[in-house]
Amino acid sequence: MEPGNHNAIAQLRVMHPATRMSGGNGCSSKGDNGKSSCGSSAGQGDLSPKVWEKIKNHPCYSEEAHHHYARMHVAVAPACNIQCNFCNRKYDCSNESRPGVVSERLLPEQAARKVLAVASTIPQMTVLGIAGPGDPLANPEKTFKTFELVAHTAPDIKLCLSTNGLMLPDYVDRIAAMNIDHVTITINMIDPHVGAKIYPWIFFNHARYTGVEASRILSERQLLGLEMLTERGILCKVNSVMIPGINDRHLVAVNKAVKSRGAFLHNIMPLISAPEHGTAFGLNGQCGPTAQELKLLQDSCEGEMQMMRHCRQCRADAVGLLGEDRSAEFTTEKVMAMEVNYDLANRLRYQEKVEMKRQAIVAARSVELATLAGEQSDLSILIAVATKGGGRINEHFGHAREFQIYEVSTAGSKFVGHRRVDNYCQGGYAEEDSLETVIRAINDCHAVFVARIGSCPRAGLTSAGIEPVDSFAMEYIEQSAIAYFKEYLERVRSGEVEHAQRGDAELRQGALIA
Amino acid sequence: MAYMIKDSRCTGCSACQNECPNSAIVEKNFLFSIDPMKCTECIGFFAEPQCVAICPIPKTINLNPDVPRFQAAV
Repeated sequence: MEPGNHNAIAQLRVMHPATRMSGGNGCSSKGDNGKSSCGSSAGQGDLSPKVWEKIKNHPCYSEEAHHHYARMHVAVAPACNIQCNFCNRKYDCSNESRPGVVSERLLPEQAARKVLAVASTIPQMTVLGIAGPGDPLANPEKTFKTFELVAHTAPDIKLCLSTNGLMLPDYVDRIAAMNIDHVTITINMIDPHVGAKIYPWIFFNHARYTGVEASRILSERQLLGLEMLTERGILCKVNSVMIPGINDRHLVAVNKAVKSRGAFLHNIMPLISAPEHGTAFGLNGQCGPTAQELKLLQDSCEGEMQMMRHCRQCRADAVGLLGEDRSAEFTTEKVMAMEVNYDLANRLRYQEKVEMKRQAIVAARSVELATLAGEQSDLSILIAVATKGGGRINEHFGHAREFQIYEVSTAGSKFVGHRRVDNYCQGGYAEEDSLETVIRAINDCHAVFVARIGSCPRAGLTSAGIEPVDSFAMEYIEQSAIAYFKEYLERVRSGEVEHAQRGDAELRQGALIA
Repeated sequence: MAYMIKDSRCTGCSACQNECPNSAIVEKNFLFSIDPMKCTECIGFFAEPQCVAICPIPKTINLNPDVPRFQAAV
């Protein structure tokens, strides 16, 4: 980096001592771009080499990695030992993407074969997770057998699991012995009275517990499990479902509790509760949060620890980059017929190329950020981006299934979320209703970056106050966002544009098409 | 009596199978059933029948009216 840039960035930091971009908990703003160097959003920064090695190509633990690396889940764990009001165990639909939903259950041997097939087809698939559709640790033999088979045949693949934590203390040593480096615990409360509204019962120690007693046991086991993982140096992510009116305010206390026990990353997700899912919350009319409510809560927790905002709440059999799902290409029938050629050297070569691309993106962002050095403004805006991955603006507006949301201020750009939408363009025909859906989903944004856009949606977006921008087509997202912001500030100063706060946006509740 | 599983309600999650102290629950073509000759209603093992306690769908596992109640050995 140019020494001059460094000074400029040091200045920036002085101007924004309390910016949200700088995290707490050892995640100081020492990165080379003035942003927090927390693993979830930026590069290696001041993370220890050991931690960096664990997260650098894990799409769920590193926001930056999720543009490039893919993950897969294998559905080998159907049984569960607790009941959650946001889950319906009867549901299974191939057109829907959310936790707990799968189309096929696999035996460990079938799962191992599937992992090899996917690894051969998608060289950037670096992570195997077991996340259900029940709880992995309520199916310990199937779960650990699968990991054992994969560790043997595909040693470069990172292993991780996602659990409700009830049985975690009993299995921490086995997890450590198998080199499972990443464990996610879903913790929705630390107060059993809050828990009683989320969990009707748990099955523990050969008995069914209900009410406050059930949540007291669950919470104790979750926090104990987290402490035990931390002691063993296993990275731990905590997932929390934000349920407005039930645990939304309480999640700030949960955040503090998990941070103090060494959790690495906190992922606050919006409740999914459409009535047709048949969950208790869906049936009793419990709503999920709006985009603004979710972001406010995530922002308020960010000072405490790093937050994950790129979670797509994927299925227990998802395959591919986050935000895409290629599981239909890898059904058991197809996997069994597939010629599997697991070429480790080829995988590593491919991943090296990805690393180079990724470094180019970080460098481009740094250079662009340096041009903001003299700017002073307390404005910040959100930009929606149509992308297929790779950190570039490379998707047509009408083909976008989701928009990534970036927040830009003079402190830099930051990924703050994503919005799932129906394809605007259905079979070549654009529908006005779907444009309305997209506008509702990105209504809090000042601009939308696209590779291309038709004249009709362009007009619709403009009249809704969202500027469609195709001048950065195929460019890097963050570099472009910073460049746009700089120009935006100039337009505001010259009086060409009047800066106005945008409204709230809607998070999609219905069945998500995978 | 032994317990029995109502096919139309069962999700096939296998949770009951993992918990049964008698290995009485078998799976065939994704359908789970309880062998009435092996089921002891968990008497002598646990305070409540394990399959009923862990089943996620209410009223899926019920007493089998065609089988006499299990008598624990005295």
